[in-house]
Amino acid sequence: MSAERPTADPRAFKDNSRLVLADPVLRRNFRGAMDFLTDKRAAQFPDADAFAELRDLGKQIRQHALANLPQLLMQLETRLHENGIHLHWAEDAAAANAIFLDLARRHDAPTMVKGKSMVSEEIGLNHEMAAHGIACIETDMGEYILQLDGDRPSHIIMPAIHKTKEDVAKIFATHIPGAGYTEDVEELIAIGRRALRNEFRTAKIGVSGVNFLVAETGSLVLVENEGNGRLSTTVPDVHIAITGIEKVVATLDHIAPLFTLLTRSATGQAVTTYLNVISGPRRADEKDGPREVHLILLDNGRSQAYREEHFRATLQCIRCGACMNHCPVYARIGGLSYGTTYPGPIGAIISPHLMNLDSTRDLPTASSLCGACGEVCPVGIPIPDLLMRLREAGRHSHPAAQQRQALKGQGAARSIVEVVAWKAWRLLYAHSALYALFAWIAPRLRVLAVAARSGWTRTRAPLRPARRSLREQLATRTPLHSRKALRDRHSPD
Amino acid sequence: MNPPIPRHDRPADVYFFATCVVDLFMPEAGMDAIAVLEHAGVRVSFPAAQTCCGQPAYTSGFPADARAVARTQLDLFAQPWPIVVPSGSCAGMIRHHWPRLFADDAALAARAAAVAERVVEFTDFVVATLGLDLTAAQNEAIALCLHTSCSARRETDALRSGRQLLNTLPGVELRTQEHEPECCGFGGTFSIKHAEISAAMAGDKVDALLATGCSRYVSADCGCLLNLNTTLEKRGEPLRGQHIASFLRNRLRLDSEPAA
Repeated sequence: MSAERPTADPRAFKDNSRLVLADPVLRRNFRGAMDFLTDKRAAQFPDADAFAELRDLGKQIRQHALANLPQLLMQLETRLHENGIHLHWAEDAAAANAIFLDLARRHDAPTMVKGKSMVSEEIGLNHEMAAHGIACIETDMGEYILQLDGDRPSHIIMPAIHKTKEDVAKIFATHIPGAGYTEDVEELIAIGRRALRNEFRTAKIGVSGVNFLVAETGSLVLVENEGNGRLSTTVPDVHIAITGIEKVVATLDHIAPLFTLLTRSATGQAVTTYLNVISGPRRADEKDGPREVHLILLDNGRSQAYREEHFRATLQCIRCGACMNHCPVYARIGGLSYGTTYPGPIGAIISPHLMNLDSTRDLPTASSLCGACGEVCPVGIPIPDLLMRLREAGRHSHPAAQQRQALKGQGAARSIVEVVAWKAWRLLYAHSALYALFAWIAPRLRVLAVAARSGWTRTRAPLRPARRSLREQLATRTPLHSRKALRDRHSPD
Repeated sequence: MNPPIPRHDRPADVYFFATCVVDLFMPEAGMDAIAVLEHAGVRVSFPAAQTCCGQPAYTSGFPADARAVARTQLDLFAQPWPIVVPSGSCAGMIRHHWPRLFADDAALAARAAAVAERVVEFTDFVVATLGLDLTAAQNEAIALCLHTSCSARRETDALRSGRQLLNTLPGVELRTQEHEPECCGFGGTFSIKHAEISAAMAGDKVDALLATGCSRYVSADCGCLLNLNTTLEKRGEPLRGQHIASFLRNRLRLDSEPAA
């Protein structure tokens, strides 16, 4: 990885992606990693019809949950209370961090151990806690590597996928006391584990994310491979889970299809090593488990996506990362370029709601709309369609007819040059006589301005119109059947 | 999944919707497609007032402008004939996105749907409907790659049709490039708004095609062809892509156009 790192700001998207595109080693690593993941997923879904059927089920479960979200959240609140789990509502990142801080102070906890949680990244938990003298230690191996190195996750499932084993060797040798330099992966894992075991033993608070919430049973479902999630949620006295309000489903029955869709889409695994279903703190007759369990439910812009019929589909997401693994743009620029918590196609459709359309204006256009993301999405989110709708919202100050309310930053990407260009296009192409004139003139000039002054020609020959347009050629051509008739009439027999 | 391609007996007449890219940049592809259709005994009608399906504005976030243009195309296809389109992405635009484009107006939506259901991508039409006689085709050996646009792959049956067609042509050895299903990086205004990313995708696609050692590649989408051919030209590579209609016309030894 080059010395200069992409900036954690979506406004720097173009500069960030240029940085990565210019790094052939990083690009090769990304390509290899994405190929590995897409092959593993493909092996898990050998039958297209079976996948379509399962996906349809997953989509229905998520849509049903969203359609009943207010009722399910109320039911969840009741069940959590009955189970002895404390529920906290947080409207934004600041509110969520304040809850963490309050709990940490109340329990006099100088450190927290944390399982992997993208929502904790979203609220900047580590940074906020550090500002108050509390160490929030990542225990997922990938996240731990990044934390030691002061770096950010570039993928929601494989956070350190942009690091090579040589990078990790250097990071461990520099930051873990007593760790020698080794490039042996098994040894590196053992070094990381040893360092983390001490933290698990002493931390008073364990933090985790949540993959699914079950309204019927008041349960928190956590999917993981490393066992750090189970340790973080069982060893410390206090477990604080944080997730978005959209993660709830109605019944325990709904978990099985979503779980298999998640693991097969994310890592190409039939099942993960651990599936934790947490339904309360340690009971009187139990020997282990936390004495307190808290759940923080975060909105942070999700209700903006929720209130509009089309954008609501964004919240169906189960965070598998398949859309990024299959995205030809992500495969070339990596996750850090996006400058957002959630990169790739799902990041491009969720970030405008979590942040605003102003700072994220370049994300919805950074797609060729090839459709690969929508094709592999295990819960049928029409990602390309949502990208187009966000392009429209970015370019029009007034909400579209089907979109009742303005989004944060609505119209921020409006450029008068672009508006005029499309008006001119419309004038030309909606009036066939004008267009015919254009089709006569353009070939004679043989250059189209738009291609000449864009980035097109840096790696491509200029686009030149043909010498005579099709309509011009057809106007002077005799159709084949007439030609045959002509020939037959004149043939001597 | 995708609605099935409309199946027709070989009709006496078809409409030809050339698309703006073929009209201005690759007219020979249009001429060749028409020649193949006529060779099979189909009369081809080219409504002169046709311009564009509206896709460029639609995908750029300007659906109202796209609608204004697409609206003018609704009147051009009065007879109940199939509408053959020599571009998968334009065919996909009309078949799948026009109904949404006119969703707010029931009358227009019905007319758009009536046009959309008759639209068929050129390769699909050749394979499913035209029933070409290939006995007179030339059989000179050629190693070929097929590049299918993303819209054609996902919104039409052009990948299957294209492979089937090329595999039945004598002398053609079809090779498969690495990452064959991946986008070539064109994506309309994406190639201008995010030129560097688009160029990286086009560059990788060109590398994959070159690595097969093929002497030509074919595609039924002129956007991809322009993107990849101009990249090859800039690099000084002799490899070029050709519209599948032009390749087909050549293999069928059909007359080239008489000099005008």
